[in-house]
Amino acid sequence: MEPIYSFKPLAAILVSLIAAPFIFGSRSPNVREGWTFLAALIKFALVGSMLPAVLAGQEFSYTLARVLPGLSLTLRVDAFGMLFALVSSSLWIVTSAYSIGYMRGLDEHAQNRYFTCFAISLSATLGVAFAGNLLTLYLFYEMLSLATYPLVAHHQDREARTSGRKYLLYTVGASIGLVLPAMLMVYHLTGDLAFAPQGVLAGHATRTTVAVLLFMFVFGFAKAAVMPLHSWLPAAMVAPTPVSALLHAVAVVKVGVFSIFRTLSGIFGTDLLADLNLGVWVTAVASVTILTGSLIALSQDNLKRRLAFSTIAQLSYIVLGVGLLSAKGLTGGMIHIAMHAFGKITLFFCAGAIFVATGKKNISEMTGLGRRMPITMGAFFIGALSVIGLPPTGGFLSKWYLALGSLEANQWPILVVLLTSSLLNAFYFLPVVYKAFFCTEQESLFTGPRKEPPRWCLVPPVITAVCSVVLFFYPQPFLKLARMAAAALGG
Amino acid sequence: MEAILSSFLTKYNYWVFIGLVMIGLYALIAKRNLVKKIIGMNIAQTAVILFYVSIGAKQGSTIPILDSSHGHDAHHAVQAIDYINPLPHVLMLTAIVVSVATLGVALALAIKVYQQYGTLEEDEIQAQIDKT
Amino acid sequence: MTAHYSALLIVVPLVVAFMVTIAGWIDKRWCFPLSAAALLATFLASVGVLAEVQQNGVVEYFMAGWEPPVGINLRVDHLNGIVLVAIAAVALLNLLGTRPIVEKTYADRLGAFYTLYILLVTGLLGITATGDAFNLYVLIEIAALTGYALIGMGPGRASLSSLNYLFMGTVGASLYLLGVGYLYLATGTLNMVDLAARLPEIYDSRLVLSAFILCLAGLCLKMGFFPLHAWLPNAYAHAPSPVSSLVAPLVTKVMIYVMVRVMLTVFTPVFAFERLQLGGSMVWLAVIAIVAGSFLALSTRRLKRMLTFIIVAEVGYMVGGFWLGNRAGISGAILHIVNDAAMTFCVFLAAAAIQQRNEGETIDDLQGLFAKMPVTMAVFVVGGLSIIGVPPTCGFFSKWYLISGGLAAGHYGFVAALLFSSLINLVLFFRIFEIAFFEPFTDHHGGHGHGGEGVHGVAIEEAPLQMLVVMVTAAVMLFALGLYAGDIVEGFVTHVIPAGIL
Repeated sequence: MEPIYSFKPLAAILVSLIAAPFIFGSRSPNVREGWTFLAALIKFALVGSMLPAVLAGQEFSYTLARVLPGLSLTLRVDAFGMLFALVSSSLWIVTSAYSIGYMRGLDEHAQNRYFTCFAISLSATLGVAFAGNLLTLYLFYEMLSLATYPLVAHHQDREARTSGRKYLLYTVGASIGLVLPAMLMVYHLTGDLAFAPQGVLAGHATRTTVAVLLFMFVFGFAKAAVMPLHSWLPAAMVAPTPVSALLHAVAVVKVGVFSIFRTLSGIFGTDLLADLNLGVWVTAVASVTILTGSLIALSQDNLKRRLAFSTIAQLSYIVLGVGLLSAKGLTGGMIHIAMHAFGKITLFFCAGAIFVATGKKNISEMTGLGRRMPITMGAFFIGALSVIGLPPTGGFLSKWYLALGSLEANQWPILVVLLTSSLLNAFYFLPVVYKAFFCTEQESLFTGPRKEPPRWCLVPPVITAVCSVVLFFYPQPFLKLARMAAAALGG
Repeated sequence: MEAILSSFLTKYNYWVFIGLVMIGLYALIAKRNLVKKIIGMNIAQTAVILFYVSIGAKQGSTIPILDSSHGHDAHHAVQAIDYINPLPHVLMLTAIVVSVATLGVALALAIKVYQQYGTLEEDEIQAQIDKT
Repeated sequence: MTAHYSALLIVVPLVVAFMVTIAGWIDKRWCFPLSAAALLATFLASVGVLAEVQQNGVVEYFMAGWEPPVGINLRVDHLNGIVLVAIAAVALLNLLGTRPIVEKTYADRLGAFYTLYILLVTGLLGITATGDAFNLYVLIEIAALTGYALIGMGPGRASLSSLNYLFMGTVGASLYLLGVGYLYLATGTLNMVDLAARLPEIYDSRLVLSAFILCLAGLCLKMGFFPLHAWLPNAYAHAPSPVSSLVAPLVTKVMIYVMVRVMLTVFTPVFAFERLQLGGSMVWLAVIAIVAGSFLALSTRRLKRMLTFIIVAEVGYMVGGFWLGNRAGISGAILHIVNDAAMTFCVFLAAAAIQQRNEGETIDDLQGLFAKMPVTMAVFVVGGLSIIGVPPTCGFFSKWYLISGGLAAGHYGFVAALLFSSLINLVLFFRIFEIAFFEPFTDHHGGHGHGGEGVHGVAIEEAPLQMLVVMVTAAVMLFALGLYAGDIVEGFVTHVIPAGIL
């Protein structure tokens, strides 16, 4: 079907970019947050307005500028892009609400800059989601790195500088050092960078070249935190919690895996990878990251760092999904973008809420917290269930599909990896919840009446926790989008 | 040997200009005094000018001014061999102007440097710069 | 009128330069408006010429109606058309933007300053427009002499640096002049097109080879191609700020244009690339230039000096790209002439604004500058991103061509050098951004309690409005050049490259 030529994808990207100067120039916090909400809602509405057509099998496209002969900046909305855009734009609304509570609760400095960079980051995220070719994707990918740098370095102290440096070095360094030459190689070999259902590389390169390019892309998109290029993510946890929540559990890291997913499916093509038997390597790299990440998470006492290592492991589930090269595996990987997003953002929201209410960052200091903040910890529990992959939460579905995919691909070891990892997830999450609720009076570090965090910090995690549960029973439209995308890729 | 000697003797003008350029470049590179450097630079420039002048010259020819008494049809009888090539000489008028201007600017800058550091020796200037 | 655009380009500023001198004697207030009017006219004329080239192809103008080989001709095609517009635009913007600094620093010498300024621009435009090899030399010297004088006007070590620049520059120009002399000996003409027509018969002669080597050596010296770059950092770093933001973007770039012109039009690619097989070694020299320039930039903590070493590396980009000898490489080199002019201008102008406010010249003196001069720093960031090569700024797209050229030629050393230099540039600029953003450190957690106000509550001390407007324009240009890179290449650059080159 011919794609619909429409301004909407660009508008959806531009909304927050246009709002950025207004947010930056706002004189009062209320005006600033008003702009943020307005932009977030319009963005969501624009994305949502394209949903019915995409579900009906239509695509949207828009060409921005012809920057190189035969190569333009093109936007293209397909099912997979839609899925990711829907997740990030809906969660931006929730995170904006949460940011207000968190930033005001802690009386943070430079809040105008904070909200501005947030808005720009969301533009870049949607840009990646809607990118129609690799060049466009690269452009928005770099834009995202740069826009999130001030957010990571928000506190402007020594620790923030070190982390910011690490963040940039890993994300921008890898993209310039690996993705850019790989992209040019592809362009040189094929003369095209557009994402095609079965890739563009087939028939243009030898197996060695394809393998080298594959690894340049998988590691070059360092935002996906595939080991060994993962250590920026725990370091980036110095950022304010809403940043960790939306960007380092949803937008930025998912942009990384999304880019890998898109490149592997749209540039290489699943058939090519299957023919050359290269998917196995991707799954191997992902499996190592999954297990190592989970093991390291076990040893972390700082809650946000534990969540970060958990994220590293969970991201590789998605990479694993594409590496399986089977329809079920691809579907599982794609819906994991959504399911993990809702689960992990809940956990981060709760971590931030705990910090705002009690000032505690370490898990060992949270014994008995369930008595003080039952709602927050309840939401935390649901989020944990979703990340572990237990029903009745959305996380179960994505793991189910991944497991089916590994069976479909006849890769028993992957199934073992998935089950081991789930077990490890349970090991590092459930004790936190258990100790918070089921401890004796003597053990409890918290006494006194119930005292939940401010409302702005409490409602968002509850909403996302509820969403996690709802997604188990009603996984549409994400599941449908993922199935459509997987069918188009013909894995 | 004879061939070299004859090439040296018949094309002595080129050897002279090569020598001059080398002298100039040597002064420019090896001398530590700024004015000596400027002199070296000017020698090198002049050598290039001489080279151009010499390529325009021909043995047994005269300055390229046509005798008007021959009338209009005299033009047809003009033999290029009788006259030296005026074009390189005209060009060199410009080049001389350029070289004089360069010399002027260089000397002006040297005066400014002298006012600033009280010396024209590069070593001493460098010592003063290192001190600050 | 339209037929004379190309002549107006040179005649207008030349005449106005003298008027500015006279105005300087009578009433200094007239100097700036006169100069601005002249450069505006020049800019419009350059756009006019470019439009004409776009429509009718090559525009030739015979000075005073004398046709070659007797007269001197101006010859504008797609290649120098865009370079002319870039020169005129940068010169005009810089004139407007640096006015506050110039009027403060050179209040007593306004006439002299603006006269030299305009003459320098005239020289550069002439170099670009001329179709005559000897005329080129004269114009190179005009641009150089005015450049020496302008740089010498600076404080501190400026005069010494300028004198050293003069020595090197004169040697470079003399070498070129010698080369032209050899060409004249061999062919009896100085017109570029005639030269190209007569040279093929005598490609094998040693005279032509010597001429080629002399011209190339002279031009490499003039453009600051490593290791012949020694004059460049001192001269550009010690020059007065308004001058460095003029010469740094333009002079080296114009010399690279001359190299491209001499190689493509005079010697023709057949000789330069196929006969001599020089490409490989020149590209390796460029690789060395890029790597060395990057390291040298890393080794200094002085802001303007660092930027000048980046120029040394960028010269390597363009020389290397050109000598790759394929379509993508040459396109990249030519595109980079324009893009690099724009982005160097952007960062140098921002540096000028910063230095006007800041007494120190090292990057450690930039502490807290994001809070103090947010707009200037934003412009500096954009310029930095373009130099690093982040899309959609223009620096990315020329780098794209250069790298594709390297891949097409199978020259992976050049590709690696470009990527390496991008990474070093990333470090260089983010080192500055970090200092300006994080330092001075506060004791606790980023100064809480300021709510939405400026970081640390520092008062904003921006550059004068006029400078800001120009800077922002320059920054926007970087994006525009980037987004229209495809059109620039298809509309102009492809017409330049001879058909024989793949």
